[in-house]
Amino acid sequence: MTDNVVEAQALTKRYGRATAVNGISFTVGRGEIFGLLGPNGAGKTTTILMMLGLTDVTSGTVRVLGRDPVREPLQVKRMVGYLPDTVGFYDYMTAEDNLRYTAALIGIPARERDKRIGSALERVGLQDVGRKHVGAFSRGMRQRLGLAEILMKDVSVAILDEPTSGLDPHATSELLEMIRSLKRDGVAVLLSSHLLERVQSVCDRVALFHSGKIALLGTVSELAREVLGGGYNVEVEADGEGLALRFSEIAGVKAVDQSGPSRYRLLADRDVRPQAAAAVVNAGGALRRLSVEEPSLDAIYNHYFQTHGGQNAAA
Amino acid sequence: MPQREGSPWRGLSVVFFRELFDHLTSVRMLVLEFLVVLFGAAVVYFAAEQIRNTTAEDPFLFLRLFAPPGQSLLSFVLVISILVPIMAIGLGFDAVNGEYNRRTMSRILSQPIYRDALLFGKFLAGLTTLTICLVTLWLLVIGFGLLRLGIPPGAEEIGRLLIFLLVTIAYAGVWLALSLLLSVVFRSTATAALVALGLWLFLSLLWPALAQMLGEVISPSDIRFAQLGLPTPDTLAWQQGLSRLSPGTLYGEAVVAMLNPDAQSMTTLLAQFQGRIGSPLPLDQSIIQAWPQMVSLIAGMILLYVVGYVAFQRQEVRA
Repeated sequence: MTDNVVEAQALTKRYGRATAVNGISFTVGRGEIFGLLGPNGAGKTTTILMMLGLTDVTSGTVRVLGRDPVREPLQVKRMVGYLPDTVGFYDYMTAEDNLRYTAALIGIPARERDKRIGSALERVGLQDVGRKHVGAFSRGMRQRLGLAEILMKDVSVAILDEPTSGLDPHATSELLEMIRSLKRDGVAVLLSSHLLERVQSVCDRVALFHSGKIALLGTVSELAREVLGGGYNVEVEADGEGLALRFSEIAGVKAVDQSGPSRYRLLADRDVRPQAAAAVVNAGGALRRLSVEEPSLDAIYNHYFQTHGGQNAAA
Repeated sequence: MPQREGSPWRGLSVVFFRELFDHLTSVRMLVLEFLVVLFGAAVVYFAAEQIRNTTAEDPFLFLRLFAPPGQSLLSFVLVISILVPIMAIGLGFDAVNGEYNRRTMSRILSQPIYRDALLFGKFLAGLTTLTICLVTLWLLVIGFGLLRLGIPPGAEEIGRLLIFLLVTIAYAGVWLALSLLLSVVFRSTATAALVALGLWLFLSLLWPALAQMLGEVISPSDIRFAQLGLPTPDTLAWQQGLSRLSPGTLYGEAVVAMLNPDAQSMTTLLAQFQGRIGSPLPLDQSIIQAWPQMVSLIAGMILLYVVGYVAFQRQEVRA
């Protein structure tokens, strides 16, 4: 019917009197990378556990590929790959043996196992250490091994909990590239993180969590428009007469700020670099620098809670 | 509410064989096995020497190898009853919390299996490991006996020894189920191990004495029996009932019934009243005598496992 692989409706989880997740609703489409973002303790992991049927839902519904994870856990778990926060493996076993065990649990036929394990390890770049004990693996290698497990499982939804936490920048960008390659295979990826900046580049849409609720939901530029009223910061360095006025006439520019003798900062709701360049040239000026700063999730998040923080605390 | 889909046993054999392989190749198991063989060998050797030196006719010569007559301080049975709980605790204390600590639990449970398969697979693997150890040990002692004593055991002796083996496995199962339960309840493996060992010390050393005292408190001795030098039946019943809460007591009673056909130790008094003393009990009577203890051991094992199972099902999987 629909193309959504995950649908959550008013999903709520209470532990005693504490509410961990409070009536959240979202959908994730096929082949989409969806970010569950927010600070630690905002309810991201609890949401993930409910999607996997690893914890009971207090109220509301969640459907993964049209199935109820509480009632049909095996069906759901067969089609969903999960990379937990700081994933663990059996240290005294080799990487291949670890995957063999999971492959057997998944029910991959014995004759296919080694082939699938081999190609999964190759895709994450661990083919040379497949026979090494996992105890000697670095954190980044473990995360990659966890990703290899998901690749081997051949799933339609991958749920990654804090996949980049504790990784160095190089390992992070490698991991994010692997996540993009999952998307190219048509796998829907749900990914949680408290580091907004790092993952914003891979996410098609994000849900910003705040104390058990989804505060904001949409694409990064949508959120930027909604919260910052613009979002694109175009920096122009150019000489010329009356440039500030010309810039402010460009469609989409919300404000022009002259920060130096020949420096301008344009706040716009889209990328206005071509128009800005044209404006400088038309004015007979000399264009020295032109750069754009994508709207950052951190800025959106901070701005949102500066303005909404008060009422949230009261609620 | 609709029934949950799929079989709870899916993945059971996978978990079982992996855990079994782990146990059999682990250093921990090697140490435990070495310990048992060392102690067992020493004790059986002395028992054999003792038997060789006595020429008196004895229809149950082979059983003496396991449980020497008289109040021998070190018998094979005693060694087993002390070491089997340690082995079972050693195999089970980190079964579940170890998975949490290694942070493998949620990864494993996100595979298409139920928690049932994981827990039961671990339990079965532990029990199988213990069974393999005990059967090996049992065969070693019999083999040693054949070589050293030079006489084959009779059919009845083999029957008694087989039942002794089964009772020992059930006894091991009780401790395994207990340590598995503790590994579910406590997140720290060290705590689970300490509590298990503490319970073992309490139940095997302190509880028998405590049961005597409590029995006296609940139902004080009657002076009329005391003057005759006899225990008061009510007091004795309480004391026995209470002491049987310890699996060690149940095991001891069952083993004595099986391996000492002429002792009738637990009902000596009753037997005296009924005037049946002297000739050893036949096998079927011994089985009847030990039946409640055997059933209790198996029931205890199942009960402890079920409590652990329920606790595990309700547990929050975070790591």
